[in-house]
Amino acid sequence: MENMGLLFALCGAALSAALAGIGSAVGVGIAGRAASGVVTEDPNQFSKVLVLQLLPGTQGIYGLLIAFITLTQIGIMGGDSNVTLQEGLLYLVSCLPMAFGGLFSAIAQGKCSVSAIGLVAKRPDQFGKAMIFPAMVETYAILSLLISILSIFGVSGLGL
Amino acid sequence: MAKVPMKRIFICGLKRDRKQILEKLQMEGMVQIENSGQPDEYLKTMDVMPQKLLFDKNSNVAEQALGILTRYAPEKKSLLDSFEDAKELGRSEYDAKVASAEDYLAMAEKIISLEKEIRDKEDQLPKLESRIDGLKPWVSMDLPLNYKGTDMTEAFIGSLPYETEASKLRSVIEELAAKRADENETGKSETGKNGENLETAAASGDTGAEGGMSIPAVVDVISSSPEMSCVFILSLKKDSELMRGILKELGFSIPKSTSAKHVPREEIKKLLHKKEKLTSEIAGLRTQIADFAANREELKFASDYYAMRAEKYSVLYGIPQSESAFFIEGYVPAAYGEALCDKLRSSFDVEVELSEPGAEEDVPVLLRNGAFSEPVETVVESYSLPGKQEIDPSRITSIFYYIFFGMMLSDAGYGILLTLGTAYVMLRVKNMKPGMKKMMELFFYGGISTIIWGLAFGSFFGNAVNVIAATFFGRPDITLSPLWFEPMSEPMRFLVFAFACGIVHILTGLGIKLYQCIKQGDYVSAFCDSVLWFMFVGGGIVYLLSMPMVTDMLGLGFSIGHPASDIAAWIAIVGCIGVVLTGGRESKNWFKRLLKGAYAAYGITGYLSDILSYSRLLALGLATGVIAQVFNQMGSMLGATWYGVLIFIIIFLIGHILNIGINVLGAYVHTNRLQFVEFFGKFYDGGGRSFEPFTEKTKYFKVKEDK
Repeated sequence: MENMGLLFALCGAALSAALAGIGSAVGVGIAGRAASGVVTEDPNQFSKVLVLQLLPGTQGIYGLLIAFITLTQIGIMGGDSNVTLQEGLLYLVSCLPMAFGGLFSAIAQGKCSVSAIGLVAKRPDQFGKAMIFPAMVETYAILSLLISILSIFGVSGLGL
Repeated sequence: MAKVPMKRIFICGLKRDRKQILEKLQMEGMVQIENSGQPDEYLKTMDVMPQKLLFDKNSNVAEQALGILTRYAPEKKSLLDSFEDAKELGRSEYDAKVASAEDYLAMAEKIISLEKEIRDKEDQLPKLESRIDGLKPWVSMDLPLNYKGTDMTEAFIGSLPYETEASKLRSVIEELAAKRADENETGKSETGKNGENLETAAASGDTGAEGGMSIPAVVDVISSSPEMSCVFILSLKKDSELMRGILKELGFSIPKSTSAKHVPREEIKKLLHKKEKLTSEIAGLRTQIADFAANREELKFASDYYAMRAEKYSVLYGIPQSESAFFIEGYVPAAYGEALCDKLRSSFDVEVELSEPGAEEDVPVLLRNGAFSEPVETVVESYSLPGKQEIDPSRITSIFYYIFFGMMLSDAGYGILLTLGTAYVMLRVKNMKPGMKKMMELFFYGGISTIIWGLAFGSFFGNAVNVIAATFFGRPDITLSPLWFEPMSEPMRFLVFAFACGIVHILTGLGIKLYQCIKQGDYVSAFCDSVLWFMFVGGGIVYLLSMPMVTDMLGLGFSIGHPASDIAAWIAIVGCIGVVLTGGRESKNWFKRLLKGAYAAYGITGYLSDILSYSRLLALGLATGVIAQVFNQMGSMLGATWYGVLIFIIIFLIGHILNIGINVLGAYVHTNRLQFVEFFGKFYDGGGRSFEPFTEKTKYFKVKEDK
């Protein structure tokens, strides 16, 4: 039972990597389907629609980032893993913004990317604008990331 | 900040020079032709649509032929070639080729017709194959499928949709024959008694087997499978009606290829031969098309040439002309105006006038900046070109662009790769597409900035230096120490710095707004929309910095002292009141005006979210470093063995290539976003249209004047 803290902290890392990853997979997946459709009609648009498809992929990376920082902080990646129950729970909660923010924002961003891909298919010259719409959605993933990062570093600074 | 100044140009020439003058203008490629006048009874436009359509069609034919050619004889292209711009072609060479453009077109048509022939032949193949397949079950029969029988007999050749044997089939046929004979007899006797058919029909079913009368026939099953049996039945002519009925009941069907005159074996052989011939013909046609690969350049020329002529005719279409003169209006960059006038005057009897465009005119926009800011023009263009009264923001944007890009990518190793990679491409490909070249330059400067930030944050392929030293050389003490600070250990510091960058960026945007308003002479807007906001936002920020709560949270080592904070607070309040009073100044009604003003002041929350948005500098900067560390750590897991080194190299290469790709994309997208949303939102509306001169719009060749 003395390792419950570690368990909770690890849960947090796992959630942020897994949920944000799922969100990105769904987002990139639906955008990819739209992209394939455009490329069948006009193969020249490949590089543009590829960029748009990849936009919802960042949440997965942010999730990984949070998971990795957590793992380093709790000493799973080497060093001593001395995590109290309190600390473990705090780490778990710190990971939640990224986990859920990532999950839902990636899916929403994927849908937005689908529309942006449609825009590029009809008007390839408007690529610059098409790229901005999905990037707006990403702001909220970034805010989640920010809070998660600050919380994790904050928790380790508490010295509980 | 340079929008190229434009002049209006007005050309009046003689009709006989029309063609030459237009060609001259097209060759110079410096005039955007726009005729404002409507045709009236003196000035008429020429209907040249049919010619234009014809040239368009010719150009398409050449394009189509090129497409076919690429299918049968793909062009060898390296990755670098795809960056190349159109090839240059000397004027004399061009003239020589123009003479044989018709021949090139004929060649293109020949290619298209060859391709059609191939397709026709390919369409025949499946038909042949299905005929061969249909004949295969009959291969052991020694009679042709259309054999009808002798004088006395009739042959039934066909298939049954189930498996059977000769003896079984014979007995079934005999059984049915007997039954029918029975039926016939009873049927005949009962023709008189109408109305009772039903009853007797039912009765005859019981007595059917009694007849025992056989029908003389040869029954042979040629082949049999669960789906189909091929049968040959020979019966006497007199029985043929009866036999036909019986077979119909059994599900007998006549094969499609009954027309075959020969024994099936022979027939198959003939068909196979035919198929072979077709295939070899197709191969022959294919090589014929592929042989045209040597003429690819000529086809490209034809495509360009006709596209160019179509372009000329589309301009000609809009030119008003009287009986002996014609008029062209348009825009020309001021710097070229005089030179162009001189050129035209010296070669033709022509009147050329230059004039300043009117204030209300929607003059087309061409941007020109120095080498450093030029790449960012593509970013500005992809947002929108500057409108009538606006300045070109490329130069000021470029400074922030490179800084933010570097902060987001923030790895010296990646920066070096990006800089060297783009430099290599730019050196190797001399004649690059202009858009592509700007993109390369953008990443080149971005790469340099990335190197600087990477060194400041101590990141070189993540923590590769430390990992390699610790794992393979047992020296964990060696690290690349950051010139400034390490973001991973001091994220708060990075965050504060990111916000500071954001504040500078946003206030710069407000400053440009101020400059623009003053330049336009709109001092009211300058004061209300810019100065008051400066006071409101700037005062607010300074006041926030005087609150211990904020400075503690941000980990700042200082806080604003007492008198200064009071002054800042008062400035912010004055600014706020000013915004409330003036924000809705276009409304006459005072009440409405105050409400609108209050709503405008609420826009301060927008500034807050704008500044928070710069936290992406931290997020993306950290993401690069952390993911790089993940890969380094994964690679070093097997320790300092020979396979450990091998695995490390593999993971290092794959991981970092992946990371560069993802993060360059992220840095590019989010730098754009910061410019478009947070920065341009403060002062820039865009809406200008781009300068599109009448020129030789070509895809493959650029005609160059001979020196």
